Amino acid sequence: MKRIPKLALTVGLIAAVYGLFVAVFTYILHLPVPASVMKMYMFFVTVVVLLVMTSNEDSARELVAPLEALVYQPRLRRLRAAVFIVAPLAGFGLTYNVTRPTLDAPLELRTVHPAPPNSVKVFGKTYNLLTLENPYRAKEKSDLEAFRQAVEEGKTVYFQNCHYCHGDKLDGKGHFSGGFNNPLPANFTDVGTIAQLQESFLFWRIATGGPGLPNEGAPWASPMPVWSNYLTEDEIWKVILFLYDYTGYAPRVMKEEKGHS
Amino acid sequence: MKQGNNARAVPWALAAAAIALTGGEAFAAEGDYGQVLGLPSRNVIWFISQLHLYFGAFVLGVPIFAALIEYVGLRTGDKKFDDLAKEFTGLLSVAYATTAALGGLLLFAFIGLYPTFFSFMAGIFKEAMLFYALLFFGETLCLYIYYYGWDWMNDSTAWPAKRTRPFSVAGVVIILAGVALQFGLLGHYPGAIAPFWAVALILTGLGFFVVKSLKGLHVWIGVWLNVFGTLIMMVANSWASYMMSPSGIDPATGKFVGDTMTAVMNPLWVPVGIHRILGNIAFGGFVAGAYAAVKFIGSRTPQDRAHYDWMGYIANFVGIAGLIPLPFAGYYLGREVYSNSAVMGNNMMGGDFSWTFIIQAMLVGSLFLVSCYYLWTGMERIPGSERYRGWVKYLNAFILLGFAIWLTPHNMPLTGAEISDMGGSQYHPTLKYLGLMPAKNAVVNLIIISTFISFMLYRRANMGEMIPISRQGKAPLFAILGAAALCLYLVGQYAVYLYGLDPKDLDLPPDRASYFRTVAYLLFTTCAMIVVSSALALKDKGIIAQYLYLAWVIFSVVMFLGTYGFVVMEKASPFLRNIAVSQFIQLISTIILMTAIDIFLFAGAKSLGPVRWGNISVRAQYALLTLCIIITFNMGLMGFIRSGLRTDWHVYGVLKDTSPWAFTPTNFTMTVMVSMAALVFLTAVAAMFWLAAIAKASHGHGAQPGHAEVSEPNVGVRHG
Repeated sequence: MKRIPKLALTVGLIAAVYGLFVAVFTYILHLPVPASVMKMYMFFVTVVVLLVMTSNEDSARELVAPLEALVYQPRLRRLRAAVFIVAPLAGFGLTYNVTRPTLDAPLELRTVHPAPPNSVKVFGKTYNLLTLENPYRAKEKSDLEAFRQAVEEGKTVYFQNCHYCHGDKLDGKGHFSGGFNNPLPANFTDVGTIAQLQESFLFWRIATGGPGLPNEGAPWASPMPVWSNYLTEDEIWKVILFLYDYTGYAPRVMKEEKGHS
Repeated sequence: MKQGNNARAVPWALAAAAIALTGGEAFAAEGDYGQVLGLPSRNVIWFISQLHLYFGAFVLGVPIFAALIEYVGLRTGDKKFDDLAKEFTGLLSVAYATTAALGGLLLFAFIGLYPTFFSFMAGIFKEAMLFYALLFFGETLCLYIYYYGWDWMNDSTAWPAKRTRPFSVAGVVIILAGVALQFGLLGHYPGAIAPFWAVALILTGLGFFVVKSLKGLHVWIGVWLNVFGTLIMMVANSWASYMMSPSGIDPATGKFVGDTMTAVMNPLWVPVGIHRILGNIAFGGFVAGAYAAVKFIGSRTPQDRAHYDWMGYIANFVGIAGLIPLPFAGYYLGREVYSNSAVMGNNMMGGDFSWTFIIQAMLVGSLFLVSCYYLWTGMERIPGSERYRGWVKYLNAFILLGFAIWLTPHNMPLTGAEISDMGGSQYHPTLKYLGLMPAKNAVVNLIIISTFISFMLYRRANMGEMIPISRQGKAPLFAILGAAALCLYLVGQYAVYLYGLDPKDLDLPPDRASYFRTVAYLLFTTCAMIVVSSALALKDKGIIAQYLYLAWVIFSVVMFLGTYGFVVMEKASPFLRNIAVSQFIQLISTIILMTAIDIFLFAGAKSLGPVRWGNISVRAQYALLTLCIIITFNMGLMGFIRSGLRTDWHVYGVLKDTSPWAFTPTNFTMTVMVSMAALVFLTAVAAMFWLAAIAKASHGHGAQPGHAEVSEPNVGVRHG
């Protein structure tokens, strides 16, 4: 290990980390690595490798010695000339590649978590989303039978209206899901969706659909229908019960914390 | 890819922005909004307030550590510390006047450009505004006596008891007031107001016990400088936090019905305050570090090099000390923002501002990384450090790993082809997990622990043969057991709390209690580890004790709770915040216990040679400069987030912003604005340092030979 020149070690290490990323993702996980993330990773990998290599004087000197030699040594005249021609050309090529116009769709930096408004106007009423609660939720403790009944009705609503896109396992893989591309129908079994949300949020999303998404973060490109045109308020609350009941998640509750935490 | 292009386009963007500012789009002044020179008023306010905050942060941060360093000088009798404190304070006086001037400019800009908003604020805060202005008399008086009275009050001959007694009595009274406030004897206040001010009172009270001589009185004036500074900041903070989380509003009418104090004590007041105080310390430290670096690079004599090398080291230490607790204060602030308005919280972490948090992760990660780099390169000036050189690559690997996870976004910027490859989803099937909070919390702790270990290695770099703790008398027994008791209390009380936590309190079904218990058992094990480690340390197995505890905490905080967080997120999401608290508490216990053991482990240890101050590479100085630049950018970025979260409200939910500029700017605009403010600040600061140097040179107070010994044993290794 000690015999490898520092410069070669530096380049080798950076290349090895890059290779490792590509190998793990392409051949083991069979998944793409987004170029944007890869660039960030590799930028910091390069920085950290250089920091390690220059963290003491001897190592830093050894690292730059070949570069110094390249610039000053008379015997490396030919190599110097070659590098001085090739390096700017490579820079030019890289710049050209990054900046040239392409037919690819531009990179999207999408906001995927819409922030709910404070209140929403549907069914001819204004609902305060900060205080809105599912009227059936309390029955879970007071009248379990009525609660189960409501969940069952919600299930019917779901399979009559929602499962075509969101799937019969609530995993976002319904019959029509293949026709969508970013955003896909939400996968309710994923811990990142309804498990992190309040029921009032779901109410707002279902009732107002894609057109009800806030201006910030537009364009949303969500084809979700405005369900308040097709379902009653009651049906929406029941289908929400079903979503949580099926997935086993508890809705998030936003209120003053109790105790210390 | 787009981000990359943006980064490269910054110089062009700056030029473009300058053009836009001077001759670009001119909105007609509408209604109650003013405009000057056709400039967009929002950007004018943004720019001025950012500059004001930069200078303000520096002016508030420096006195905190200047007074502390002066106190260290007083206690150790080492003149070097005293000179350093004075040099830090010297940087302050020019910056102080500029801060005030910028504050005036900001005030007039508000009156001229946002008259309705300003009269609304003045209507609510009139008493606070007057009080604010009055506080400046105190601050100015303290600053001038503190700086100009330095040599005049430089007599540490002990005063007779009858002269010091009134100070001690007053100190006791203030401390008791703090205790009374904490225990609710002085009324009940919302949120963390009572503990915050209780700590402030107790610290102020402790400052009174310093007065044992004329020099002590001088340190005490430094304490008052901080008291006034903190009060000024807290009053001004109340306006900014009120704009985010107004209190005293009648929900039915939307009108303000409270008094000034109701408005001041708004929910985000203290969280913003804590975050700013810590941020000011870090910022002040890193800016002072840049000063030292520039002076070091320009030094012509070995004495100057030694002096500025040491100054840079202390400044970096101060910066890191402020930086380590900052992520936790930030987490607390973020949580309070979320509790106060889910909309704001959602916009912040998951919505429009989520990408700015990725940029922030890169900047904060760089701060930790570059600070550690400074320490590692600095170890070269310490004989014996070669023994620890091998650690560097592993610590680096840890920090890199943490860093990579921290900056991995949940939803990624993707090309159309990549979206198709991933089945039409914005989320990467594996990498998406790294974008969630449990992963982020785990790695922030890992980065902080790695930084702490770097400090420990630096400290022991030149330590040779050690004196066993058992032969050091009673002091280690009390100190280590005291530290262990404190850690046991911190960890133990939380373990007990979690053990007994009722799932109902978090609105979870009863069967979720098992998740709380698991974490409680983990914390009980940590308590056992505290006992074992402190016992080992007292039995002269200090090194083993340290490694054992560190290994356990890394396992518990990073590996176990980091993974368990995902389980909790799925099954008992509201409990996730308690996981974060248990991680934080264990980390703090590590810092307390490790430091206590370390002090005695190496007390009186044989030195392998003095620190060769001045023998440090120029790369380390550029690292210090980089730190200053990064933190300046980071502060501007976070300022944009905090302020931008109000979206199109002047006062959130109360006073709407109807100006043409009431939109959330793009990240590109943000980059341009923050870069301009940062560039102007850094240039102005450079000019000020130059002025300070001229003033010093003309008074003949240059870093004189002998100011700092070229080779002073262990200086700086024993930092307070």
